[in-house]
Amino acid sequence: MTDSSRQLAEQLQQHFGERLHAIVDSIGEVTIEVAPDDLIEVATALRDDAKFAFEMLMDVCGVDYANHGRDEWATDETSSSGFSRGVEAATAGRLQAVTEDLVVEKPRSAKRFAAVYQLLSICNNRRLRLKVFAPDDDLPVIPSVIEIWNSANWYEREAFDLYGILFEGHPDLRRLLTDYGFVGHPFRKDFPLSGNVEVIYDSEKKRVVYQPVSIEPRVLVPKVIRPGSVEAVDLTQPVEEPEEAGEQAE
Amino acid sequence: MPEIRNFTLNFGPQHPAAHGVLRLVLEMDGEVIERADPHIGLLHRGTEKLAESKPFNQSIGYMDRLDYVSMMCNEHGYVLAIEKLLGVEAPIRAQYIRVMFDEITRILNHLLWLGAHGLDIGAMTVFLYAFREREDLMDLYEAVSGTRMHATYYRPGGVYRDLPDRMPQYEASKWHSKKDVDRKNEDRQGSMLDFIEAFTERFPGCVDEYETLLTDNRIWKQRTVGIGVVSPERAMQLGFSGAMLRGSGIEWDLRKKQPYEVYDRMRFDIPVGTTGDCYDRYLVRIEELRQSNRIIKQCVHWLRNNPGPVMLDDAKLAPPRREEMKADMEALIHHFKLFTEGYCVPAGEAYAAIEHPKGEFGVYLVSDGANKPYRLKVRAPGFAHLSAMDEMARGHMLADVVAVIGTQDIVFGEIDR
Repeated sequence: MTDSSRQLAEQLQQHFGERLHAIVDSIGEVTIEVAPDDLIEVATALRDDAKFAFEMLMDVCGVDYANHGRDEWATDETSSSGFSRGVEAATAGRLQAVTEDLVVEKPRSAKRFAAVYQLLSICNNRRLRLKVFAPDDDLPVIPSVIEIWNSANWYEREAFDLYGILFEGHPDLRRLLTDYGFVGHPFRKDFPLSGNVEVIYDSEKKRVVYQPVSIEPRVLVPKVIRPGSVEAVDLTQPVEEPEEAGEQAE
Repeated sequence: MPEIRNFTLNFGPQHPAAHGVLRLVLEMDGEVIERADPHIGLLHRGTEKLAESKPFNQSIGYMDRLDYVSMMCNEHGYVLAIEKLLGVEAPIRAQYIRVMFDEITRILNHLLWLGAHGLDIGAMTVFLYAFREREDLMDLYEAVSGTRMHATYYRPGGVYRDLPDRMPQYEASKWHSKKDVDRKNEDRQGSMLDFIEAFTERFPGCVDEYETLLTDNRIWKQRTVGIGVVSPERAMQLGFSGAMLRGSGIEWDLRKKQPYEVYDRMRFDIPVGTTGDCYDRYLVRIEELRQSNRIIKQCVHWLRNNPGPVMLDDAKLAPPRREEMKADMEALIHHFKLFTEGYCVPAGEAYAAIEHPKGEFGVYLVSDGANKPYRLKVRAPGFAHLSAMDEMARGHMLADVVAVIGTQDIVFGEIDR
């Protein structure tokens, strides 16, 4: 936490008050969280108010919090099964295609999808991170900020493509990075790393065809470790979100 | 037969001027662009998703392969983000080495950009000139890391090893005569720093050569002046950074404004353009070549006089020395743990941005406390630039699209990720 970030956090607190769901000031970076309904209003104020003047949107990043803080197992004890523990994924989507019983249910209170906006103010020379959680996990919708910052255009298309977050008001929400006709949203935590289909040239049909992946899942580094006191993770129980480091600004 | 005036043209993905795998769908009225719709993703490898499944250090190599003409700068962004979350800082000598290699990388990148941009709009010679100097710089990459491109040289906590005492030399063979090789080896008799110093002495002359070929060249000016003009307001709205932003007249350089490593100790200037067209951006980048050369000189001077560690002395982050491993059990365990499990990064999030040759290269890292990232997002400068293609190309002729692609300095490794 630095002086300038504390000052920014105080200004934000003063200006937006109740509309900020959370404000975190850690390692010199300020993060605020707002509700999707307030996004447009807050974003416009952040751009136009002279004391903020965040005239540039540098990045929009989709995040899927489905498995946050509870990957795999704890490593306090040794076991005879050793390496093979990692081969069978305990959380969905790490290696194999999804099977129903692997899909982890998030606790109802915690939202799954978020869009994270990185803002930059050139005249005040500072940065701000704005986070918005989509209210519905099954149909994540967040208003588009394309009218406020035009650079959001491709960033929102990318987040839609990779996470399936729908940006309401985006004029041209097509897929961007994946193949034409791609099915699914590949960066979701329940999407397998090796994908579902592969492309090969079929010499009989004399054309390129899609077929289910033939890649054998191979575990190079199965071990997920966590420091110190973390107890064994029970995947059936909802866990609390770990608090971000840093203090809450008053 | 009715005269057809409006048509849709497919440009790329296998077009020599498409800089890799850009597919542009152009809606044209005669020869004038009405709408340009870039289709990207043909080089999408899912770097960010891959990084989620392995320890932090194992993804450094992927970063080289993002923007594959400015390799070490990508590593730098990633490594800085990890260091930020870990709360560590590299030793001062490592910081100087990083700054020096960032600037070497900037020259590498701008030389390739200059050559390719020239080639695209009709100047063949400058490409050959640019590659002459690139060869020396890639030798530096090789001397320090063992590979000419994908170095994996920066590590959280420093750089992998110190600069070599001896610059590798060419050897005579049946294709290269002794006389030829001796001439090439003239600068390579001493240490690596000697070689870099010799390079910085002759490089400004090389930049003069490029400028002789282009700056006042009538054809060059016809192809670039007034093409792809972006106003400062629009440049900010569109999320431009780097030379694209400075070309429009905004003095913004992270090395000066939000200095990282030892950039605050360096003396250099930020060139800015006035009109925001392709020619201004060309002038900005040429001047950046000279300024980078200046920074390298200062780094060489400092590095000569200040030996010291280049990696943190932290067994949890840095591998032990080879000799220690042979005799010390602890060191062997640390080595094993580090290369199998890696290290845990405290839960939290960080955004580290550096002034990449193409603009602001940002890495947004979300950690949930495990030994691998929970989410890694790469903010590639070219992504924002290419998304403005429609606006920059609209109203121009088809041939100018090539100039606009060139001036944006597009590399698909970083855009598609």
